[in-house]
Amino acid sequence: MFGPRIWRFGSLSDWVPEVQRLQNEMNRIFSGLPSPAPGNDPLINVWVNNEEVKLTAELPGIDPEKLEIAVLADRVTVSGSREPELLKEGETYHRSERSFGRFSRTVELPFKVNSDKVEAKYEKGLLEIRLPRAEEDKPRKIEIRSA
Amino acid sequence: MTVEKKEVQKQPASTPVETERTKLRRVFVPKVDIYETKEALVLLADMPGVDEKSVDVTLEKDILTLRGVVAPREYKGYSAGFAEYREGDYERAFSVSEEVARDRIGASVKNGVLKVVLPKAEPAKAKKIAITAG
Repeated sequence: MFGPRIWRFGSLSDWVPEVQRLQNEMNRIFSGLPSPAPGNDPLINVWVNNEEVKLTAELPGIDPEKLEIAVLADRVTVSGSREPELLKEGETYHRSERSFGRFSRTVELPFKVNSDKVEAKYEKGLLEIRLPRAEEDKPRKIEIRSA
Repeated sequence: MTVEKKEVQKQPASTPVETERTKLRRVFVPKVDIYETKEALVLLADMPGVDEKSVDVTLEKDILTLRGVVAPREYKGYSAGFAEYREGDYERAFSVSEEVARDRIGASVKNGVLKVVLPKAEPAKAKKIAITAG
């Protein structure tokens, strides 16, 4: 995108990370993916291609039975709760940094999803959801007939 | 194709020289709960992406060190939509003031949470020192 330039201000190498960051940000904005609201739980990463979306989340120490995934058209919601380990009488905390309670997160996807084919797995505290694109939403190749 | 630009300037070292890791990877401080029961000190650390094979707990003198290695995941044929968290290893150390029964320390990992149980040592028996008249 940015070719070499003959003119420079200061050292060009100083600008490289900044330009790169700006470029990434631009690509992200124009890719049509909505950016998620900050400060939400759990944190989510999204990977996309034309066929499907892969959504991963860091959710350590959760009972998979208490995890709920709901898909509606082009939205997926991950919710559940993280249960604290309850202390018995005479036990005291030295420190308590881990968070507990209910969480819920909705992500808007770039296309409609075939909800019958959604797969989710939870291992090592990581949730991975595979969301295949709905058949009717896939781009279709148009045959051109020659007269 | 983009080539990562590397810093050519020399970096001054801090004194004393900090020890660095050989692997150039992100390292995170895991969130930890520590509680004390009558018999033990229990530590719970959130380390998503870690299992029993990739975690390392050591107690040297009174320093308890937790290390977890996360295998980087690659999604070939996908492009990143958005990323709110990054992957990396975990590292954290605590100084343990309690007397710990070293031979009975237990550690386990479940669903990305490391649990370390440090049983308290039996109180050391008071030793009477005989004093001789000299």
